[in-house]
Amino acid sequence: MRRKALSVSAAVLALGLTAACGGGSGSSQSQSSTGPIKVWLSNNPEEIAWGKAMVKEWNAKHADQKVTAQEIPAGKTSEEVIGAAITAGNAPCLVFNTSPAAVPQFEKQGGLVPLDSFAGAKQYIESRSGGSADQYTSPDGKFYQIPWKQNPVMIFYNKDLFKKAGLDPSKPQLATYDQFLAASKKIVAGKAASSAIAPAPTSEFFQSWFDFYPLYAAESGGKQTVENKKATFNDAAGKDVWNFWAQMYKKGYAPQEAYSGDAFADKKAAMAVVGPWAISVYKGKVNWGVVPVPTKDGMPASQVHTFTDAKNIGLYSACKNQKTAWNVMKFATSKEQDGKLLETTGQMPIRKNLASTYSSYFASHPEYKTFADQASRTVEVPNVPNSVQIWQAIRDSYSSAVIFGKTPVDESIAKAASKADDLAGQS
Amino acid sequence: MSATAAATSRASLASRVLGRQPLGILFAAPYAVFLAAIFAYPLCLAVWISFHDYFFAAPGAQVARPFVGLANYKAVLSDPEVRSSFYHVAEFLVINVPLTVVLALVLASALNRVTRARTFLRVSYYVPYVTASVALVAVWLFLFSKGGMVNQVLGPLAPSPSWLVNSALAMPVIALFVTWKQLGFFILLYLAALQNVSQDLYESAAVDGASRFKTFMNVTVPGVRPATVLVVILATITGANLFTEPYLLTNGGGPDGASTSPVFVMYQQGIEQGNPDTASAIGVLLVIAVLLISLVNRRILERD
Repeated sequence: MRRKALSVSAAVLALGLTAACGGGSGSSQSQSSTGPIKVWLSNNPEEIAWGKAMVKEWNAKHADQKVTAQEIPAGKTSEEVIGAAITAGNAPCLVFNTSPAAVPQFEKQGGLVPLDSFAGAKQYIESRSGGSADQYTSPDGKFYQIPWKQNPVMIFYNKDLFKKAGLDPSKPQLATYDQFLAASKKIVAGKAASSAIAPAPTSEFFQSWFDFYPLYAAESGGKQTVENKKATFNDAAGKDVWNFWAQMYKKGYAPQEAYSGDAFADKKAAMAVVGPWAISVYKGKVNWGVVPVPTKDGMPASQVHTFTDAKNIGLYSACKNQKTAWNVMKFATSKEQDGKLLETTGQMPIRKNLASTYSSYFASHPEYKTFADQASRTVEVPNVPNSVQIWQAIRDSYSSAVIFGKTPVDESIAKAASKADDLAGQS
Repeated sequence: MSATAAATSRASLASRVLGRQPLGILFAAPYAVFLAAIFAYPLCLAVWISFHDYFFAAPGAQVARPFVGLANYKAVLSDPEVRSSFYHVAEFLVINVPLTVVLALVLASALNRVTRARTFLRVSYYVPYVTASVALVAVWLFLFSKGGMVNQVLGPLAPSPSWLVNSALAMPVIALFVTWKQLGFFILLYLAALQNVSQDLYESAAVDGASRFKTFMNVTVPGVRPATVLVVILATITGANLFTEPYLLTNGGGPDGASTSPVFVMYQQGIEQGNPDTASAIGVLLVIAVLLISLVNRRILERD
């Protein structure tokens, strides 16, 4: 009996192994097909409100091409859920929350449709987003995402805590690293808050977008971390940024331990690195002001670059009715819908001449005007192979040298750059 | 050959293939299929993936997945982060497994003797085991964070950097957490085993004038040896699969990667970075390591 059980198990194993060895078969989607489609929306209330209203408007005019919208299913991150859906073949037609950093991976998986294959798509994207669109082209020169909206990150500060620390809340001196350090010292020494600023000191690959990268974009005058398949950040600007943050941690102005809430909202930190989405979140909770991210020697606000924190729209290859999906993409990124997105969420459509296009909105919402100005000087994550691995390599070295001070900055940044060179050069 | 002989031969062949009780296969089949689908197939697939340049692709996508031999194994074995994760989990096991065995056996023996509040105490030890790690981690963060209760009690004796951001202390804290969380389950195993230890042995020890400690060491410990083998092997297997605690308690294997585990690195490489081939190689190495450790444990513990 035992021998037989073993034989049966072996047969099942062999069957499994045989099945495992089989590859997938190719299939092509008709790009001229129209009909009902499904879309996924981000799971924050404002974006859901905008998305549902947009879908309602579309459905009212296109009864035969009904769009069904739902939130991205729960998961550790949206990217993991989308990646799994691509592999399972049940990704929706459109995801209104496609991270630019994940696009190279989704593209490699065969999960995204190159939008250039639709007539006039390239011109549409470039005319809507202007020069910013270049940052979203893939190495093969095609668009696998439509640049949609961004949250240019800046420094939020708590005016009440600044006042308590003896700092002028109407003219905060935060333009240079020295000024930033001096202000931080006053905040912590004066016990206005336990930390001056509390970027997440955790190891997730994307955390560098909210400490290192915005300051590097500013200090370098708008460089990406990888350009022409080579890491750029092992330069004077990169080292200055790492050394600046290393001092913030070493002097105890930024905590090494993660705070399990929102340190800025809870007044545990007097500053935060956030985008315009935060305006509605902190409304009524924090008496805030906003300034551009600091640079070593300071520069006029009109020249400071920062990180986009953008989310885009991807058209996924599992989609049966791709023509409808493309038309919905255009509808959702029209001037009218972009205006509604801005009004509902406060996030900035990646559209050229944003401030002048929606001048009446910014006139009535002056708190958003600063972000609109900043939106014209933003830097996206590089669209290169192994993007997530590169960011993880940067994060690991940064954690070691900057957050925990275990290794010298020069050595760690060189190590991260060397790894980024290797990874960016691979296909 | 006569018709009778042919029929006998056929019956004999059927008997050899299907056994004396063919119906038994039918009863065993659901579990065999379950095992094959849930364990055998993924395991075989992981082994297959580990020898190929593999990534997850959309159905129908034309992708090359060439055989790469041992390249993925060479890559992970030469990766310092992977090697560190194995060292970290070894450190975890060295603390967690002995502590689990000692505490579970001592507490089970004590619980076996108490008569008042017995059910309450048993349930109390079991509650952490059935509570979601996420909820318990929140409590431990409250206890062991920089401004947490433990540091407030310790005052000037509190470690700096604090527990969870201290490279030397992060993994021991995780090991303590896991020991505490799983203790209830192992206490139950020992409580069951203690019921099988003959009372005659305790009475003989008492007659011989043995102290409580000597009775425990010479009667209880040998009496529950089979349970100890099981506890050691189960604690090793669950410990080697450590993931949730480094992910949540030390925020992704921190500080500075001091509490990463092989499964955490598998998650990073396989799911976050889209490299299931190297992740599978780590998984296969981990399975082999756990099998070897379990085998050695069994040999040592079952030795008379």
